[in-house]
Amino acid sequence: MLALLTAIFAAVAALIGRHGERRWIDSSRRAVYALCALLTVCVVVIEIAFAGDDFSFNLVAEHSSLETPAFYKLAAMWSSQEGSLLLWAWVLSIASSAALFATRNRLREVVPYATAVMMGIATFFVGLMLFAKNVNPFATVSPAPADGVGLTPLLQHPSMMIHPPMLYSGYVALTIPFAFAVGALITRRLDAAWIRITRRFALIAWTFLGIGLLLGARWSYTELGWGGYWAWDPVENAALMPWLMCTAFLHSIMVQEKRGMLKVWNVSLITATFSLALLGTFLVRSGVLQSIHAFGDSTVGPYILGLIAVVLVGSTVLIASRLDELRSEKRIDSLASREAVFVVNNLLLVALTAVIFWGTFFPLISELFTGEKASLAAPWFDHYTTPLAILLVLFTGIGPLLAWRRVSWSSAKGVFLWPAVLAAGGGAVLALLSDAERKPWAFALFVFAFFALAALAQEFWRGGRARREVAGGSIPMAMLAVAARNRRRYGGYIVHAGVAILLIGIAASSSFQTNRDVTLRPGQSAGVGDYRVTYERPTVSVDREALSFGAVLDVKRDGKEFALLSPSRRYFRPTGAPTGSIGSFFQGESTSEVGLKTGTRSDLWTAVQPNIGGVQRRVRAADRGFRDCVRAAPGTPPQCSAVNALMRNAAANPSLRPIALAQINDLQSRTADRLARGFLAENAAATFRVIVDPLVTWMWIGGLIALAGALIAIWPTPGAGRRRVSSFQGARLGRDLSRA
Amino acid sequence: MEVLYGVVLLALVAAFVLRPLLREGAPEEVGEDPVLADLEARKEAKYREIRDTQLDHASGKLSEEDFRDQDAQLRSEAVELLNRLDRARRDAPAHASARIEGESP
Repeated sequence: MLALLTAIFAAVAALIGRHGERRWIDSSRRAVYALCALLTVCVVVIEIAFAGDDFSFNLVAEHSSLETPAFYKLAAMWSSQEGSLLLWAWVLSIASSAALFATRNRLREVVPYATAVMMGIATFFVGLMLFAKNVNPFATVSPAPADGVGLTPLLQHPSMMIHPPMLYSGYVALTIPFAFAVGALITRRLDAAWIRITRRFALIAWTFLGIGLLLGARWSYTELGWGGYWAWDPVENAALMPWLMCTAFLHSIMVQEKRGMLKVWNVSLITATFSLALLGTFLVRSGVLQSIHAFGDSTVGPYILGLIAVVLVGSTVLIASRLDELRSEKRIDSLASREAVFVVNNLLLVALTAVIFWGTFFPLISELFTGEKASLAAPWFDHYTTPLAILLVLFTGIGPLLAWRRVSWSSAKGVFLWPAVLAAGGGAVLALLSDAERKPWAFALFVFAFFALAALAQEFWRGGRARREVAGGSIPMAMLAVAARNRRRYGGYIVHAGVAILLIGIAASSSFQTNRDVTLRPGQSAGVGDYRVTYERPTVSVDREALSFGAVLDVKRDGKEFALLSPSRRYFRPTGAPTGSIGSFFQGESTSEVGLKTGTRSDLWTAVQPNIGGVQRRVRAADRGFRDCVRAAPGTPPQCSAVNALMRNAAANPSLRPIALAQINDLQSRTADRLARGFLAENAAATFRVIVDPLVTWMWIGGLIALAGALIAIWPTPGAGRRRVSSFQGARLGRDLSRA
Repeated sequence: MEVLYGVVLLALVAAFVLRPLLREGAPEEVGEDPVLADLEARKEAKYREIRDTQLDHASGKLSEEDFRDQDAQLRSEAVELLNRLDRARRDAPAHASARIEGESP
């Protein structure tokens, strides 16, 4: 409640101080800092409750258990709806504090309105936690249960520890440029000032979303057991759309900064991007579309939808009322200019987003018009997104080669020659040495990606050469120096290179994948591509949480030993299953632990679907026996009599109950272990999915390179602050520039 | 006990947040002049543009003629910004100027 009041006060104080009453603005800023501190306390309290297994908190009881590994207890907060909302509000308070600290002496007209928008959104999320049904993270349960329900097994993966907060941080960081855009619209300060202030926040949001997407893809690849990293799942798409729009925004704001153009476009783009970020939050929690990520029914969906409507309607009215001020100061001088390429790249990115949006919401659209929910599958998405992605790769290479304003034909020839030659040469070599040309889209993407990589390498080379002419030294050192002094530009180039490499990985692994489902008995083999896979033996492991059935696969390539892989399938016992029911292991979730051998040329990916029919039959018989045992039916073994006596006593004396339960659990574990080990003797066949994914490792490497580039672009250039102050003393242009 | 914690927290937050409002008549926190700060930011952006153009020229993307045109235009825009900065500095409140003097290396 105190956090809610603080957020409301911050918004109101900012609006009171909007005409320059500095005291109110300072008080408002302090309220934002205080909100950040209060929400930090909230998060710390919740995390302490998780770490200490305090099941009196409903949130802890429903999303953790004594068995949950400590590592995942810390991440369990954001697996819940109420924890996610707290995370949203907390990250927003951190981002808002950072933005207000950075602008404490700048943009004094815009900041009050931006503060009001940021705190209005914070009020919304804190208010949801307080007043919406079943989303208060501090709700308690009495009496506190002895154990919790536990964390969904699918989420017990290292990527899942970081993936949700990364995505949420990305969504939330987009609030900052949106809030300043609204502030600029209200105050009619529509030059590039709000962009200069918030550009870094947009880049941070882009980076967080990128990390989140990459981790999500990695989770899908290694945990979901279907063999891919991207399924065009609605929630995946919901994270991809704001990332694509943010990519467009980061390019188009450069055009406004440099040329005073695309003002309407930029405010519209950031509104759409922020709305898509809210939509992402809505989709994860609403359950409105079928998704692997929809982890439960939501009570907040309609409220978030309401917020999206307010954002869209409010922003549209504001933009429409400011159209005169939003007119471009200049026009594009030439199509052979960087701004022209940025416009094309923006159109491609928005088109890509529109396609994904249509495909994602098609089930709702079709239901609206036909009454039936029809989904669009991955091939539909691939069909429409592939050509757009290929064109984007091409423009990833063209953009950096062009200067702003215009490039003459002779200069263009000079800069395009080598990248074009290298791309053509690379394409020819590829066609000669492989059968890549049988997939024309993939082949085109490879050639364009070669072009982009050659263009970017040339940029580094030419920049280094130019630097060496001025400062001397070796070319590599000059390249490093020029990149260090122009971090925005060269960080961006590294991002482009990373994206080109990432798309090579995607194109190769999706177009040239060898995929085979084989059913083998121990000792049998099957060929998949260049590999020979032999099912050596089955494996079993049993613990209190899960039964795990797997296989050891011996893989040879060209007759030589290549790898020993151990895929398995884990069957989790749902918490709350009746004590003593071994069959309950098969009533919960199951996860696939893949057997993976990675390599720079290709990955060999395997998953197993064990035939557990025999085990399940024995388990059913054991469960029947156990029930007889509890009822003390005639002919039950002696240990049953002991357990039965203990249970009768426990019914009379509750203090004996834990001992009885422990004995039953022990008996159950031993029985489960014995039954599961019977699986080893069955010699049963298992079905394996074996996938050879060429160049897929380059997808992850490309992603990491892109993120490294983004960090370089985010990092401030050294000395910028000092230069700003000293130049204030009357330094003149030439001296300032020569210092650069 | 929980109520006590709540009251203490409320008092702390109120003291921190309301402090600027309670200092009636006290001089406002001295900050950088917003007009100067914005002009400085615009000047920095213009310098960056000039450096970018120089780099584009040095790396062969701009012909000599295009570079001369663009560089001259950008420099004249930068000079205009510097003039506005000088004017704004003359008009800036004394405390802001004093602070800036103090910060100079």
